[in-house]
Amino acid sequence: MRSFRSMIYPYIIWSFIMIIIPMLLIAAYAFTVKGNSVLAFRFTLENFRAFFADSVFLKVLKRSIYIAFVTTVLCILLGYPTAYIIANIAGEKNKFMMVLFITIPTWINMLVRTYAWLGILQDNGLVNTLLSMVGLPTLRLIHTDFAVILGMVYNFIPFMVLQIYTSLTKMDKSYLEAAQDLGANGIQSFLRITLPLSFPGIISGITLVFLPAVSSFFIPKLLGGGQYVLIGNVVENEFLIAGNWNFGSAISLIMAITIILFMWLAKKADKDPSGEGGV
Amino acid sequence: MKDKHKTSFASKIYVMLILLFLYFPIIYTVVFSFNETRSLSVFEGFSFKWYQKMLKDSSMVNAIFYTILVAVIATAVSTVAGTITAIGLSGSRRILRKIINEVNNLPILNPDIVTGIGLLMFFSAIAIKKGLMTLLLAHIMFCIPFVILSIMPKIRTLDPNLADAALDLGATPIQALTKVIVPQIMPGIISGALIAFTMSFDDFVISYFVTGNGVNNISIVVYTMSKRINPSINALSTVIIIIITVVLLIANILPIIKEKRRKTK
Repeated sequence: MRSFRSMIYPYIIWSFIMIIIPMLLIAAYAFTVKGNSVLAFRFTLENFRAFFADSVFLKVLKRSIYIAFVTTVLCILLGYPTAYIIANIAGEKNKFMMVLFITIPTWINMLVRTYAWLGILQDNGLVNTLLSMVGLPTLRLIHTDFAVILGMVYNFIPFMVLQIYTSLTKMDKSYLEAAQDLGANGIQSFLRITLPLSFPGIISGITLVFLPAVSSFFIPKLLGGGQYVLIGNVVENEFLIAGNWNFGSAISLIMAITIILFMWLAKKADKDPSGEGGV
Repeated sequence: MKDKHKTSFASKIYVMLILLFLYFPIIYTVVFSFNETRSLSVFEGFSFKWYQKMLKDSSMVNAIFYTILVAVIATAVSTVAGTITAIGLSGSRRILRKIINEVNNLPILNPDIVTGIGLLMFFSAIAIKKGLMTLLLAHIMFCIPFVILSIMPKIRTLDPNLADAALDLGATPIQALTKVIVPQIMPGIISGALIAFTMSFDDFVISYFVTGNGVNNISIVVYTMSKRINPSINALSTVIIIIITVVLLIANILPIIKEKRRKTK
């Protein structure tokens, strides 16, 4: 294949222009202020100071992390049993079908699927119509934390299920047989063997859920309403309405650092139990 | 994970509930797109009213046109470019391969909103007007890494001497590529193209930041129109649900049919 080595050069140039330069631009804008031309680069931390000095932005950041965290936890709690059951279904064909059923929704436009919840959760929407039909009081569902978290769990749970499923099927089954031979009961062998061995799946699931959840801006906008602001909405607003790219870039960097920090914590949590437990 | 015992009844119910949760909103959208009235909670009769409304709404029709146009062009370009790059990568030095993989991971791992604003500032810096061109460039940019990812495993299973053998036997480099290498990695190329198509077809966040000048895709129209309840959005949604489902069915069924034909021969 050596003879085709030069075929890679166009992509090196392309990826430098289309991938690297835009990332560098974000950094360049984040460390300069409006009016200070990026070309005449004058380093400043003003954007970051402005963010952390303003309690409104801090609240938004906290809320974004909280919503993404709750979403991630719910995805694990609901997704783990799903993955576990599918991994234990008899027959390769049935397993394949179930995995396909979990995957298909992820191929369908997220915005369209999120929009559907608007009709379901509205004040005069499907849920409330059904409630009043059976004589129950209606609920305030739309434009609440509940609606936003529901929308996020709905959109991201397939990723969690698929990651955990993969790690469960990759597992060496002989550990379980050994545990049974040594007298472990079902719960013990699950807690001491299956769960620790599926941790890598949970961790990559967390990555795939937390990351889009913390940066999402259309789910809060659609289901949380115009007043509902998460960090992604602030970035959207700075770029498309306020037109302050410098501040917007700084916020997106803060968002990226939050994600990296969270991932690091999740990886650490992964190492600790398996290190001590000694499977 | 004990023996091959049967899945318990409770487990079946649980998985069914999860699937119901995943599919209910999709079915709901399709059903209510045929509703006779504006209501999104009571089905009052079957009609194509909202589809007619959709077809009369020029922004919706344009959005369908642009979504398909961009998806087709972006898929074609990124599949060809991704194939060329993947073949080139397999022959290049390990360090270069590592660097390209890391760079490709950036758009895959970055939140879409970060990729979107980066491109927005880049296009503005080089003074390309936001519109069809920027939308296409952005889609090609985020599709290529997925194409490369799905082709690389196929290339790795190739005999490294295959290309040399073809060249020794008198094939020109182009012939060695098109007659020997590409047919061998075709399944990877097809699945890469499929991923590229759905990524482009479904994209909202990146498109939202890089487009302008009246060029909108379906997702952007749904987003901007969602402030008011408008059942035509359900009709538009149903159109995308059907297109994607058909593409997926074809992609999943074709290999099975081929396999069966091969077996019956």
